[in-house]
Amino acid sequence: MQATGRLRGALPGIMTRSTGNRSSGRLLYWLLLPVFVISILPIVRLAFEGVFVGGVPSLDYFRDVLGSGATWQATANSLYTAGLGTIISLVIGGAFAFLVALTDVRAKAALVFCFMIPMMIPPQITALSWVQLTGPSSALLNAFGMAPPMGSPQPLYSAEGIALLLGIQHASIVFLTLRANLRMIPREQIEAARLAGARGGRLWWQIILPLTSPGLIAGTAMAFVTALGNFGIPAMLGIPANYPTLPTLIYQKLAGFGPSVLGEVSVLAMLIGAIAICGVAIHHRLLANRDYRLMGMVGRPLDIRLGARRSLVETILWAVLIAILVVPLMALIATSLVPAFGVKLNLGNFSFGAFYEVLFVQPSTIRAFHNSFLLSVGAAVTLVLVCLPLAYVMVRKPSKLTKLINLLIEVPYALPGVVLAIACILLFIKVPVIEISLYGTLGIIFIAYLARFLVIALRPVMNSFTQLDPALEEAAQACGAGLWRRLRDVLLPLAAPSAAAGALLVFLTAFNELTVSALLWSAGNETLGVLIFNLDDSGDTVLASAVAVLVVLVVIALMSCFQLASRRLPKGVVPWQT
Amino acid sequence: MADINLSRITKCFGDYRALDQVSLDISDGEFVALLGPSGCGKTTLLRLLAGFEEPGEGQISIGGQVVAYPAKGVMVSPEDRNLGIVFQSYALWPHMSVARNVGYPLEVRGMNRADRDRRIAEALDIVALGPYADRSPAELSGGQRQRVALARCLVMEPRAVLLDEPLANLDVHLRETMQQAFLDFHRRTGATMIYVTHDQAEAMAMADRIAVMDKGHIRQMAAPETLYREPADRMVAGFVGAGSVLPITGVQVENGGTCSVKLGDTRIAARVCPKLANSGHINGQAGLCLRPEDVWVEDEAPLRGKVEDCVYLGGRFRLSVRIDDDHTLPVYANRRARVGDPIGLKVADGWVFDRLAGEVA
Ligand SMILES: Nc1ncnc2c1ncn2[C@@H]1O[C@H](COP(=O)(O)OP(=O)(O)OP(=O)(O)O)[C@@H](O)[C@H]1O
Ligand SMILES: [Mg+2]
Repeated sequence: MQATGRLRGALPGIMTRSTGNRSSGRLLYWLLLPVFVISILPIVRLAFEGVFVGGVPSLDYFRDVLGSGATWQATANSLYTAGLGTIISLVIGGAFAFLVALTDVRAKAALVFCFMIPMMIPPQITALSWVQLTGPSSALLNAFGMAPPMGSPQPLYSAEGIALLLGIQHASIVFLTLRANLRMIPREQIEAARLAGARGGRLWWQIILPLTSPGLIAGTAMAFVTALGNFGIPAMLGIPANYPTLPTLIYQKLAGFGPSVLGEVSVLAMLIGAIAICGVAIHHRLLANRDYRLMGMVGRPLDIRLGARRSLVETILWAVLIAILVVPLMALIATSLVPAFGVKLNLGNFSFGAFYEVLFVQPSTIRAFHNSFLLSVGAAVTLVLVCLPLAYVMVRKPSKLTKLINLLIEVPYALPGVVLAIACILLFIKVPVIEISLYGTLGIIFIAYLARFLVIALRPVMNSFTQLDPALEEAAQACGAGLWRRLRDVLLPLAAPSAAAGALLVFLTAFNELTVSALLWSAGNETLGVLIFNLDDSGDTVLASAVAVLVVLVVIALMSCFQLASRRLPKGVVPWQT
Repeated sequence: MADINLSRITKCFGDYRALDQVSLDISDGEFVALLGPSGCGKTTLLRLLAGFEEPGEGQISIGGQVVAYPAKGVMVSPEDRNLGIVFQSYALWPHMSVARNVGYPLEVRGMNRADRDRRIAEALDIVALGPYADRSPAELSGGQRQRVALARCLVMEPRAVLLDEPLANLDVHLRETMQQAFLDFHRRTGATMIYVTHDQAEAMAMADRIAVMDKGHIRQMAAPETLYREPADRMVAGFVGAGSVLPITGVQVENGGTCSVKLGDTRIAARVCPKLANSGHINGQAGLCLRPEDVWVEDEAPLRGKVEDCVYLGGRFRLSVRIDDDHTLPVYANRRARVGDPIGLKVADGWVFDRLAGEVA
C-alpha cells in the first residue's frame, strides 16, 4: 500500500520531466528531415525518371541501359580506373602519411602543406596541366626541346593514364584520414611492441598497420568513391582515347539530348550509386568489428628514427612531390604565359596578356571569384552547424533510420556532379508547396553543394565522436547538464578540431568545384570552375590556364593564411598541421 | 533523503544477462560496497542507478521517487537524478582546466561566480589539489586525475555518490588517505554512498554493508563481519577472506544454532545456518567454512594432518594442512613448519552452510 502510494505521488513530476528530456532528444531527430530533403530527395526524384516511362511505371529504361554492351563496358572501365587509381592513392598517400606521422623526417609541415595542394586543384585543371605537360605541344617540354614529335600519341590518353591522375588527385584523401588515425595511436602501444622485440618490418606489419587499419579502410573507401564519380579526369583523358567510364557515358548521353535521356541517365546514376553504396557498405562492415575508442588521453607524436636512410627517404618524398605537384603546375603556368596556344614558349616571348585579359577586361572573373567564395564559405559554415548535432544523432543514438541515411548521404558525393545537378534541377525547378523556382539562382548551386559536400563535413565529426570516451559525456550528464548543454560545453569543444578540418575541406573543395555548377549556373551566377571550363571549351586555353593559375594561387594563399593562423587556432583544426 | 531501492532489476546485453532479478535496498546515509569478481555486473548496476542504462525489467527508486520503471515507461534521465559519479576511467574534460572541471556541476546549476570559486577551492583542498587549479587535466598524473574526478563529484553535494573503483589507480599511501577522505565526507554529509570495488579489504574497511555479486546476481548483502563469519553460500565463502570450504557429512544439529561436524577422525563444534538446519537435507549439501584464525596448531590435538604449504605473511605463517584426500585446512602458525611434517590441529569455530545454495540459479 505504502509503496504504491509513494509511487503515485512521485509519478506526475517524473512524467513531465522525462518527457521534457525526451523531446529535446526528439528535436535532434528533426534534423534528419532537412538532410533528407536536400541530399536524398533529389536522388529519389531522379530515380523516378528511371522507373517511369511517360508517367507509367516501367522497366524499359532498365532493360535498354542494362542490356547495352556500352553500359557494361563503361562500368568495367570505371571499376578498373577507380580501382587502380585507389591503389595508387593508397600507395602514395599511405607512404606519405606513415613517414610524416611516425618518423623523424625533416620539414614535415612543408611536406604536408605541399602534399595537400593537388587535392585543392580541380581535377580538370590537373588533367589539363598533365596533358599540356606530356603531349607533343607541351609548352614546357618544347621550351626544353624535349617534347615528343608531333603526331605521336599522348600517353595519358589511356586507362592507366586516367588511373594515374585519379590516384594522384586523391592521394591526399588517403593521407588525411590515415594521418588523423595515426595521431590517435598512443605512443606506448608502439613502444611496447619495440620493447617486445618487434623491429623493422615486423613492427610495421604486425603493430602499426593493424592499429591504423580503420584509417586505411576509411581512406580507401573515400578515395574509391571519389574516383568513381570523378568526371574531369576521364573526360579530359578518356574521351579523346575513346575510353568511356560511367560519368563520361552519362555526359555523352546528356550531350545527345534524345527524349529518353533523363530515364537512361537516371538508370546509369543508379548504377554508380549502387557501386558506391557497395563500397561504403563494405567499409562500414569492415569497421564494424573494430572498436578503436580513444580512452583517456592521446599520446605524444612518435618519431621513429630513420638513421642513415633519412636523407634518402626525404629525397624520395620531395621528388614525388615535384613530380605530382610542381611539374604539372609549371606546365600550367607555362601555358598561361604563351602568347597563343601552341606557340613555343621562350624567354623572349612570354606575356602576361592573358592575366590582364581575365582580371581587368572580362568582368566575369572577379564575379566568379566572388560567387565561388560566397558559395563555398556558405556551404562550409552551414554544413558544420548541421553536422555537429547530426553526427551526434548518428553516433550516439543509432537506429535503422540513421544507418540508412548514413549510407544514402554518400550517394550525392559519389555521383558525378552533372547527375546531381540534373537531380537538383528536376526537384527544385519548381519547389513543391511554395511554388518558386530556384533554377537560375545561386540558391540551387548552394543547395547542390550542401548535398554533395555533406559527407566531407560529416565524416570527420562522426569519427571524433566515435573515438570520444562516452564517459566524458556521461560525467557531464551526471553533473546535471541537459542535452544541449552537453553538446555545447563538452562535445562541441572536443569535436571542434575535426569539425573545423571538415569545414576547411568543404571550403577548399567547393571553391574549385566545376561539375555540379556546370549545369546549374546562369549568367551572372557563374563559378570559377564554370569559367575555366567555358574558356577552355571555346578554345581560349591560354585564358583558361591563366584563371586556373590564379585559382591555384588564391588557394595556396588561403592555405597559407590558415597556416599562419594555426598557432592561434585549437590543435588539429588545420588539417595539414602536425 | 536518498534511500535507494532496486526491485527485481534485469539488464540484458543481447542474449547476455548482465544483471538477473537483482533486488537491493539501501537506506539513507548508508555506505554500501559492491564487491565481486571482474565482469560480474558491478559497473552495470551502477550505470543503471545513475541512469545511463535503462533496465529491461524491474523498478528503481531513489529517495522515494521512481526513477526507472520500464513497465510504466518511466525513465528519469541522469541529469535529473542529482547523483554524483566517479568513473573507472577518469572522464575529465581535456579542454577545461582542473578548476572548471570541478566547478562544472555548479556552473550547470547556475551558481554565481563567487560562491562557485569558494566551493571549488574547498573541494580541491579536500583532495589536496589546491595548487593545481589552473592546470589542464593532461598535465596531471593518473592519481591526480582521479582526485579531480572525486572533487568534481563531491562539489555538487549529490544526494547519493556512486563510485566505480575510484582508488584502483592510486598507490597504497594515497589510497589510505583517500579512503579516509571518503569516510570523512560520508560522515560530514551523510550522503548515501555506493562504492564498487573488487578489493575486499577496501570494502570491509569502509562499508556499512557489502553486497557480494557474482554473474549478475547479488549473492549476499550483509555487514562486513556477518559476511565474513556467516557467508550465505560457497561463492561468498570462497571470495571473502582467506578461508576454505570443505564438503562435510555427519552433521548433528544441536540447540542454539550450533552443531557438531565430523572432520577427519574427530568431531568439532560449529555454528550452523538456520535455513540449512531446518531444511532436512543437511547431510547431503552441507559445507564447512573455516577461517584460518579459528584454527591453530596444537601438537597433541586429535585432529592430525600433513603440512602441504607454508607461506610467511610478516609476523606469522599461513600453513595449508591436508587432513585427508579431499580436505585441506588453512591455519595461522607462529613457527615455520616443514612441508610434509605431521601436525596436530585444534578448530575453535566453523560455519556450516548449504554449499549447493545458489549454484543452479
Ligand atoms: N555495453 C555492453 N555490451 C555488451 N556487454 C556488456 C556491456 N557492458 C557490460 N557488458 C557485459 O556485462 C558484464 C558485466 O559488466 P560490468 O562492466 O558490469 O562488469 P564489472 O563487474 O564492472 O567488472 P570489472 O570489475 O572488471 O569492472 C560483463 O560480462 C560485460 O562483458
Ligand atoms: Mg567495472
